[in-house]
Formats: sequence, structure tokens, C-alpha cells
Amino acid sequence: MADAQKIPAGSTAAGSIAVAAESTVATRMSAPPSFDVADFPVPHGREEEWRFTPLARTRGLHDGSATATGEPKTAITAPDGVTVETVGRGDARLGRAGTPVDRIAAQAYSSFEKATVVTVPKDTQLTEPIRVSVHGEGGVSYGHQLIELGAFAEAVVVIDHTGDAVLAENTEYVLGDGAKLTVVSVQDWADSAVHVAQQSALIGRDATFKSVIVTFGGDLVRLHPRANYAGPGAEAELYGLYFTDAGQHQEHRLFVDHDAPHCRSNVAYKGALQGADAHAVWIGDVLIRKAAEGTDTYELNRNLVLTDGARVDSVPNLEIETGEIVGAGHASATGRFEDEQLFYLMARGIPADEARRLVVRGFFAELVQQIGIEDVEQRLIEKIEAELEASVA
Amino acid sequence: MATLEIRDLHVSVEADNATKEILKGVDLTVKQGETHAIMGPNGSGKSTLAYSVAGHPKYQITSGTVTIDGEDVLEMSVDERARAGLFLAMQYPVEVPGVTVSNFLRTSATAIRGEAPKLRTWVKEVKEAMARLNIDPAFAERSVNEGFSGGEKKRHEILQLELLRPKIAILDETDSGLDVDALRIVSEGVNRIRETGEVGTLLITHYTRILRYIKPDHVHVFAGGRIAESGGPELADKLEEEGYAAYVKGGASA
Repeated sequence: MADAQKIPAGSTAAGSIAVAAESTVATRMSAPPSFDVADFPVPHGREEEWRFTPLARTRGLHDGSATATGEPKTAITAPDGVTVETVGRGDARLGRAGTPVDRIAAQAYSSFEKATVVTVPKDTQLTEPIRVSVHGEGGVSYGHQLIELGAFAEAVVVIDHTGDAVLAENTEYVLGDGAKLTVVSVQDWADSAVHVAQQSALIGRDATFKSVIVTFGGDLVRLHPRANYAGPGAEAELYGLYFTDAGQHQEHRLFVDHDAPHCRSNVAYKGALQGADAHAVWIGDVLIRKAAEGTDTYELNRNLVLTDGARVDSVPNLEIETGEIVGAGHASATGRFEDEQLFYLMARGIPADEARRLVVRGFFAELVQQIGIEDVEQRLIEKIEAELEASVA
Repeated sequence: MATLEIRDLHVSVEADNATKEILKGVDLTVKQGETHAIMGPNGSGKSTLAYSVAGHPKYQITSGTVTIDGEDVLEMSVDERARAGLFLAMQYPVEVPGVTVSNFLRTSATAIRGEAPKLRTWVKEVKEAMARLNIDPAFAERSVNEGFSGGEKKRHEILQLELLRPKIAILDETDSGLDVDALRIVSEGVNRIRETGEVGTLLITHYTRILRYIKPDHVHVFAGGRIAESGGPELADKLEEEGYAAYVKGGASA
């Protein structure tokens, strides 16, 4: 019997801590995970996993009508010792980090023709990041990437998405024992782009996975970062920043599956919204399975609404199947940049646009520091400034 | 010498789809170095006067003038007024999550002074000002007013007053909600600024209590949206004994 408790967590947010005998995170999906798109019915929009997503704007990714017409231009710069390969569908290394959990992820898996595999051999510690540039030049495409680190390897990967594209893809991260991987994924798409991706990490024993998602652009961006543990003692840090403008739909659906003992996870996402019909969705699912004794987890989502007409849906959800844990918590809050705050700052001589910058910069500061890659941090700060300029103008 | 002049000020607010006139012709002159106390019952319009002069968008000026050294204050935006030398210590200071006190103070001082203060002297200046007001140095890294107690918020307002050194300071019920210790600390802060002789102070209060610490040169009784009576410090003593009854009932001598 599920014993769910609803905790209100902000004006447009709801949260719950459920102590469940059987996971509702797993069972509330409309179909079990599968690599085959045929196993998923075409969603109509009322399903739990689709209810926030404007299906009319997926350009047909969800109903099979989007035919591949052209892939983004991808360039990979990797330090010595890293292997970069393009492989076919049959490559045995693919599909290990996670099975597609929804129709579009399965569509991508069923439709991709070539996959990119980046391998960092065991014990290799990279001093420079691997940089992946994905530049859309229009057209629909289905993609697949695998980034694999051998035991005790350490790497930073920066994936940069720009241009215009309709892209559905699966990205896999496989970490060997004791490996350390940081992935920064920047969605700096043109305003017309559609990007739907499942990003699955399989984290080895005592390994550390850090994901930083930065979403600015796109008409519709729906990302699904997922962490699974292959052994005890592993750690996942999932961070995200988004700046949702007028008319944009940006959705981040997190899932941390604690299925191994003594693992840790920390999820922190922050978003700012401005303009009419800016819509941000954050789903934070954390499941602590019976075997996952000694788990320590915390998830947080904060939103800052800068203008009228923007909407946030924030749903943290924590399910605990064992009482033998170190800690588990969640928080979600949506605040407004209010006229009173603006008045207060201006009454101290600070001009309106600078006051807004001060508040937004302060809001994001902690998370920006988490990136740890100077040029990305710098670009991010500049991007935030530019977004704010646009709103003031 | 800086002078704030308020002439025949009429101010309205929109409430429940109706326009309500709150200030009905206020005349007041505050000169640098002077301290004026404005006292009055709840709802008399004291705070409206403070916020109208500072430029809060909720209040509509329907007629009258406000000038500082002859410059038209009503034409200025809120930040321009602050840079022209006006300071409003608020009754309910606003929480600004994500912006640290130290960042806020520096940004504000930079705006008011027209250039960024030299880092080394600035750090010392802030530290000393905080110590004088008995503010824990750890507050510098906390978000502005977030989770501050009532007394901490008021001390933070006076800290800004000390650092920004305005020509005209309006203190809106800075004393309300303070215990005796906090009232003393806050009053000492205000007095330090007054002793420089460089600020004109408009002290808005409901109670006479703060006037034991801050001695006004002029006392004005505010009632029915205008100044009902003006006098010296002796007027405060009279209010202490008799209260506002005479003014509220409309029996005021104008």
C-alpha cells in the first residue's frame, strides 16, 4: 500500500514524499522502458509523463511523423588518448546505460543510423575538456552518443548545442569503477529549435558523475537526465540552470534511481523566467530502492519569475523503500522578482536594469560556480546578461 | 545647503477601483542639519508622505511640488532621487533573496557616489559601520534582509544611511517594533549622522519614545493628510501627555 503525503512547495509547485511498497515512479509511466518505439502508444498529452509538454510543438517527434531530413554539424575536439568513433546501430556497447523510458526516446533509439562513441581508457586523467559542438542547420534528426570512462579515468566533457534543429536523441554515460566524469551540456539553440533527449548515466562503484545542464534556447527543450548506480559508494551531482523566455517551453525531468547501497545524489536546478507564455517544467524523481541502504540524497528546484505571464511547474517526488538511509530531502520554491524589491533597490540609487541583473546574477551565482570551467562560466554569465538586456529593452 | 521643499502636496492611491486622496496639501521644508519629527495617529498619511517623496509607484501625485535644492524631485525616477541625495529608511525593509548584503551595499554606494569605492578602504568602512551598529560580520554574506529579525532589518537600514550619507534622510517608523536596546543602537546611529551636520532628517514616528534619544528641532503633528500643528520639542511633550485625540476628532488648530 502506498502511503503518499502531499506537501505544498510553492505557488505552482507540488511535492510529495511517498513511502511505497511498489514504485510509482516506475509504474506511472504509460509503458515500461523499451528500445522499440512500437512498444509505446502515441501520447495524447494527458499521460503523467507528457501532461506538461506541448505535443503540438514536437514537430512530429512523438507520433512517428517526423522523418529524418538532416543532422546537425558535429565537431569533437578531444585530447590525446581519447578515442572517438562513429559506429552503426549494431554496436554491442550501445544501450547499456539506460533503456528509453518514453515514446520520443524510443523513437530516437529506433531511428538513429550512426552513433558517436567517445572512450577514455582506464586510468587516463584528462587535463583538458573534451569539447563537442553540435550546430543545427535545420532538419530533423535522431541521434545517439555514448561517452565511456574506464576505471579511474577522469574527464570533463562540454557539449554545446547551437543553431536550428529538430533533434531527438539518447546520450549514454558509462563510468567505470572510481571514474570521475563531468558533463556540461549547453542548450543555446535558436528560438525555433526542438530538442528532446534522454541522458542516462550508469555510475560505477565509487565513481562520481556530475552533470551540468544549461538551457537558454529552443522553442521546445525537453531533457531527461537519469542516474543509475552500478555499484556502491557512487555519487551523482545533477545541476541545471535555465533561462526561459517568452514562448519557450523548457522541461527538465530528473530521475535518480538509488538501487545500490551507500550512494549519494545531489540535485539542484535553478531557473529564471520572463515574458508571456514562458513555461518551465521541472520534475525531480528520486527513488530509493530497498537495496539502497545508506543512501544520502537531496534535491532542490528554485525558480525566479521576472515578469507576468510566465509559468512554472515544479514537482519534486521522493520515494523511499528502505528506512536505513543517511538522509533524504527535497525543496521546491518559486519566487517572483517583485515591484517592492525593485523599489527597494532603486531607492538605494541602483538603476532598474542593474537591480534586475543583481537579483538574477545572485540567484544563479552558486550554480554557475559549480561548473568549474572558466570559459563556460564566463559565457554563461554573458548569456544571462544578454537575456536580461533583452528583457529591459 | 541642501533643502527639501514640499509644497501643497496632494497624493492619491487606487484602492478597490476607487481613488482615495491621502495627502491633502502638505507643506514642509527640511534643511540640511535640521531634524524634523512628524508625529501622528495611524492612517494619518505619514508613511504616504515618506513613500511619495521617495517615488513609490503606488502613490499618485495629483498636485503640488517637491524639490531638493530647487531640482524637481517628482520628475525623477526612484534611483535618481536616491542619487540626488534622498534616503528613505523603510518601515518594512524588503527581502531580496540571492543578493548578499555586501554586494548590495557596494552596488548601492557605487551608484550613489558615482564611482566604485576603493576596495580596501571600503571593506574597512563597512566593517566599522557594522561594528558600531552591533551587526554580526556574518550578515555581510547573507541575502539582503532575508530571515533578518525586525531589529536586524532596522539596523541594516541605518547601516545604509551611514554608508550612503544622504542630504535628506526620511526615517519611516524606524522605531516601531524595536526593543529598548535596539532602539538605543539605532538612535545612536542616526545621531552619528546628524552630528555631521550634513543631513536633514525627517523622523516619522507614531510614538514619542524615540524622541528621548533623537532630539528634534521641529515637531509636526500630522492628521487628516496634512500638517495640523507645528512647533518645537515641547509639542512632543504635549502629545506624550494628551495623545492624538484632539487631532483625530478634527479639533485641530491648523
